[in-house]
Parts: sequence; C-alpha cells; structure tokens
Amino acid sequence: MAIHQPSTLSEACALLATHNRGSDRDLAPSPLVPIAGGTDLYTHWPQRPDEHAKSYLDLSGIEELRAVRWRNDSLTLGALVTYWRLIQDRTCWSALPMLVQAARQVGAVQIQTRGTWAGNIANASPAADGVPVMMAYDAVVELVSSEGREEIPLADFYQGYKQMRMRPDQLIRSIRIPRRSFLFQRFEKVGSRNAQAITKVGVAIARSGAGWRVVANSVAPTVCRCPTIEALLDDKVTVRGPDDLATALSQDIAPIDDIRSTARYRRRVLARLLYFALRESCSAFE
Amino acid sequence: MIEVTFTLNGSPTTVQVDDTERLLDTLRDRLALPGTKEGCGEGECGSCTVYVDGLPANACLIPTFQVKGRGVETVESLDPARLAPLHESGATQCGACTPGVALTALWILDQPELLKTHSLRELMAGNLCRCTGYNGIIEGIRKGLTEQAAREGRD
Repeated sequence: MAIHQPSTLSEACALLATHNRGSDRDLAPSPLVPIAGGTDLYTHWPQRPDEHAKSYLDLSGIEELRAVRWRNDSLTLGALVTYWRLIQDRTCWSALPMLVQAARQVGAVQIQTRGTWAGNIANASPAADGVPVMMAYDAVVELVSSEGREEIPLADFYQGYKQMRMRPDQLIRSIRIPRRSFLFQRFEKVGSRNAQAITKVGVAIARSGAGWRVVANSVAPTVCRCPTIEALLDDKVTVRGPDDLATALSQDIAPIDDIRSTARYRRRVLARLLYFALRESCSAFE
Repeated sequence: MIEVTFTLNGSPTTVQVDDTERLLDTLRDRLALPGTKEGCGEGECGSCTVYVDGLPANACLIPTFQVKGRGVETVESLDPARLAPLHESGATQCGACTPGVALTALWILDQPELLKTHSLRELMAGNLCRCTGYNGIIEGIRKGLTEQAAREGRD
C-alpha cells in the first residue's frame, strides 16, 4: 500500500496519468484508488485486507475542490463538497431543496460531515441517495485528467452495475447543477427506519420547463431515470391508482431481491410513492 | 509507515502510523486516548465520534493520513462540568455510547442555532444507545440548552 497526498489538482492528475493509464486497468502495476470522504471505502475496514493492499490517492488536501459556487443559472459543487456543507447553505434550501432533503437522509450528521456528493457518484451504488436528486436536476459531471476536461450528463454516466463513463486516469472535478423554476419537486426515501438506513426504494421527481424528471434508486443496477413514466406524465395520461403505473414502471426498472428488500416490494412501493406524490400536482391523476 | 502531524485536543501532535490505520485505532492504541470507543465499525453507531475541524465525525471511517494538518478533538478534551445536565437526567448508562453522545450533545450546545432547522433527535440520530431509549439523552440536552440560555440571559 502507498498513499499519495497531492495538494493540487494538477499534481493529482499527473499521479493518475503515471499510475492509472493504459488500455486495461488490470495491467497497470498499482492503480491508485481516489479517496475523498472515505465513508464508503472504510466501512468494516479491518476485515477487508484486499483493500489494504491497494494504493490510494487522497484528495482531501486539494483545497480547490472544496468550492461551492452559486451563479444565476447554476450551482457548481467541487468534488470535496460534503452533504453537511449544503445542509448549512440556506440558498440551497430555496433554490435546490431536494439536495438538502436527500443530504439529511444520508446516514446521520457524522456521515454528512465527511461524505461528498462526488463520492456518492463515484461509488456508483444503486442505493445512493444523492445521485437521484442530482440526476432529477439534470446535473452534469465534470471529469479531468492530464489530457483535459470532459463533461458528461449524470443521466448518461452509468452504463451498468458500478460501470461508469470514466477512465481510471480521470477524476471528478465538479458537479454542475442548473437552476430552474420548478413546478413540482419531491424526494421520497423508504428505508427500515427514519435515520441511519440504506434505501430500499427511493425516487426524486422534478417538473420544470425542461419537462418531467423521474429518477429512482435501489430498483435497478444503477440509479436510473424512468423515461416511460416521464412520457406518461408529459402526455397527461389518466392514472386512476398506483396499479395504473405498474406497466410503465416495468419498462423502466429492474428490481431484485437482496438483503434489504424484495423485487415485489420495490415495484409496489415505488408505484405508490409515485402515485401519492403526483396526485397532488397532476390533474390526470384521479 | 507514514508520519502524520495534526492538532489533537489543542496540542500539536506528530505520530507514525501504518498506512492502513484508522483514526480510531491511532487514538486508542498509539496516543493513549481510549475514550473513543469502537462499536459497529461501519459509521452507524457513533461510539467513535470525534470532532474533525469542529464537526462530529466517525473515527472508524477516517484514515489517519487524512487528519494531516487538521484539528481533532476527542471526549478527553471535554469540560466535565458541562456534562452535568446529561448526568442529572440519567442520559446514558452502560458507557458504550457515552463518549459519542457527550461529543454530539456538546456540539449542539455550542451551536443552538442548529435547532432552527433540525430537531434534537435528527442531530442525535448518529449516536445509537441501547440502554436508555433516548428520552434521557434528549431531556439532558434540553436541560443543558435551557441552563445555558438562562446563564447567557444573566450575562
């Protein structure tokens, strides 16, 4: 194991260019694993000797990645911005409130002060709570490497379970979230308890001039948009109850049975979350 | 091994640690501060709560190399007199959660403005207690807040 602790982004990119470049990551001699807040990586750490043998790129000393920038038309989060940082940001409460709602449901304060939004994206868990709200807000991921920068819409970022459109020599530098006027927005999370729970099924819903966005977590190999549901909402199709959403939902999600829940429960609960959330704002919902 | 220099309970500290070491183990095994407890080891129970740059965090999820240049405070740094309201309300019992509860509780007492946006129960959600059922903890913090407000009113 070796620890690299760069203090600038360009140093970090140079290290990744040396250690992580190559056509196949497995061929690199000792690829560096980036670490930000560490809250996913370090769970049950003493019992994970395989992880101890790896080499790490500690991002926590790169101060330029801590910035939160509000502009008239967007919010940009540096890769080290934590959940707690946004919970403390009153502009966020009014401009992009689902970010605050989701952040408050990630673990508890002790996790919120360490865990980062970019880490939530890069950990690529289907149960991530930060990712659905960012995706519903049309967030864009900015990647950097020593070769330059690239922007990828978060909705296109995942290609399969833990598969990302990101090379091993790239880092997330920032996340840009457009500011819009929203006619409706809602984040719903169902877990075993109100606190310290990992999501069994969750959904973020937003409606703006850009149309409907419906993004679900824990119901597919990745956090995913639900385009069939979005089209049904755009077309104002009449919906008489949760069961009317089931066919459309089955096009969009692929839940499984696992330690936290079952596929059947997830389908039924997601349909109900959507129906009861949308009934308040959609005249087509009876 | 890696050398890490940071501020611990107000004093500059340099320590040689294993690359893979967690802050929790560095505090307990190398720096003779066993007040920070290990419970779940996965960031859920809050027994290992410390402050990093003034914010509560789980020492079981922090690589020691990450506290380089930061300020860390443990339960040993707390003023025992400030814990009186928690004692008086029988807040905790067996001792496993006590250090973490004390740290989060005093963090709230230091910034009561948090209660404009959060309930006490939400702020304390990261400290699990298996003895008392939480009411004594919440009552103790409320008592502390009330006494503190009264003192500030007098000043």
